[in-house]
Amino acid sequence: MSGLIKSSIARKVVMALSGLFLVVFLTQHFTINITSVLDPETFNAWSHFMGYNPLVQFVLQPVLIAGVIIHFVMGFALEIQNKKARGGSYVKYKGSANAPWVSRNMIYSGLVILAFLALHFYDFWVHEMAYKYIEVSPEDPTRYYHETVEKFAPFWRTIIYIVSFFLLGLHLWHGFASSFQSMGLNNKYTPGIKTFAKIFSVVIPLGFAFIALYHHLNPVTH
Amino acid sequence: MVDGKPNNEQRTTNNYITMKLYLKIWRQKDASSAGKIVDYTLDGVEGDMSFLEMLDILNEELISKGEEPVEFDHDCREGICGTCSLQINGEPHGPDRLVTTCQLHMRKFNDGDTIVIEPFRAKAFPVIKDLIVDRSSFDRIQQAGGYISVNTSGNTVDANAIPINKHAADEAMDAATCIGCGACVAACKNASAMLFTSAKVSQFALLPQGRVEAVERVQNMVRQMDLEGFGNCTNTGACEVECPKGISLTNIARMNREYLSATVKG
Repeated sequence: MSGLIKSSIARKVVMALSGLFLVVFLTQHFTINITSVLDPETFNAWSHFMGYNPLVQFVLQPVLIAGVIIHFVMGFALEIQNKKARGGSYVKYKGSANAPWVSRNMIYSGLVILAFLALHFYDFWVHEMAYKYIEVSPEDPTRYYHETVEKFAPFWRTIIYIVSFFLLGLHLWHGFASSFQSMGLNNKYTPGIKTFAKIFSVVIPLGFAFIALYHHLNPVTH
Repeated sequence: MVDGKPNNEQRTTNNYITMKLYLKIWRQKDASSAGKIVDYTLDGVEGDMSFLEMLDILNEELISKGEEPVEFDHDCREGICGTCSLQINGEPHGPDRLVTTCQLHMRKFNDGDTIVIEPFRAKAFPVIKDLIVDRSSFDRIQQAGGYISVNTSGNTVDANAIPINKHAADEAMDAATCIGCGACVAACKNASAMLFTSAKVSQFALLPQGRVEAVERVQNMVRQMDLEGFGNCTNTGACEVECPKGISLTNIARMNREYLSATVKG
């Protein structure tokens, strides 16, 4: 197995699999979040389930965190290795002539997403962990909707979230379809996969941005 | 004529209309010396000249002035040997598509253009002198597994005696058209050699003769590719666009499949 992870192809596959896992997570995250716009009670019910179900808390949550860490640590490692592989730099390098901007700048869109994750964890995850495991506050299945909407009251946070979702969209635009190529899938289904991946990379980030903006514009009235 | 200057078509049909070019060329004495860009002005360049013929003219001028000519790789000048290279205005083999530098014509440039000419850049392609790089890393990848073991002691079986699916034969031939020039590495932002290696893996993987050693081949060639210090593929597709032979990214996907399958098998 150690030989497997050392090889360039195995590393590509690790990036692809962890990326696809995060795509699945994004889909699930979006499905729950959109209920905060459609039906606050459903949002509360789902959030409470996710927050207190042992399987989600103690199995899926650590797996998700591991997936994120693997994806960005491997991404950084590969970026460093790739930079070294160039040797001396070109006086003139016309990257735009042969590859789209998004594919050449995955590290930058990735870094923005990583910075966003730090804020997002601080906003929601740290608060949740403190509420449940440090303060040991009582279960309250009705608190999630209000807490979420209140987070988007500051304009600056809403803007940071929306900009981050835009970068997430760019990252997915290249990364989602690219993961299939990395795993060796390039056949008659590839055009369909690429189309689906591009629609996904527009719809999901746009949906997340819509939710953030919607809650900013529709604050909870007590 | 546009603004008193001949257009590309006139430059092609009327050789007497010439261009004045401003060349910025990487000069490096040897592998251990630091290189730098040196400016040259070249007049009288015709549209029908190939890029290498343009450099020949420059070198004749340099020699007549007692200066050291610009060293560059070339051999067949027919676009089939893979010897010529050059990063021209930021692109391997220049701005044209599906051609090598020797088949790039000066009609693709305009009078008064500045052209930056550099060697292919990769840690695994160290500069030997000026524009010449050492691409023997490709040879070592090929030697690691880019062959089939056939007894040639006099009883060699005719390869055509084995029926082969037409589609597979065509795909194998397409992969085999890779001339190993290194443009894929030069174009890739990661200096990855996966298009080259995958073409060499694919040309055998698709044929029954190549299946016998398929597991060892892909493992050994990928291991050698990594050892040489090439970067990792991030699927930007730059290699496919710049490849003078149009080698497809589907070959990289095939190599990935072959490698994963070989890892599972053994």
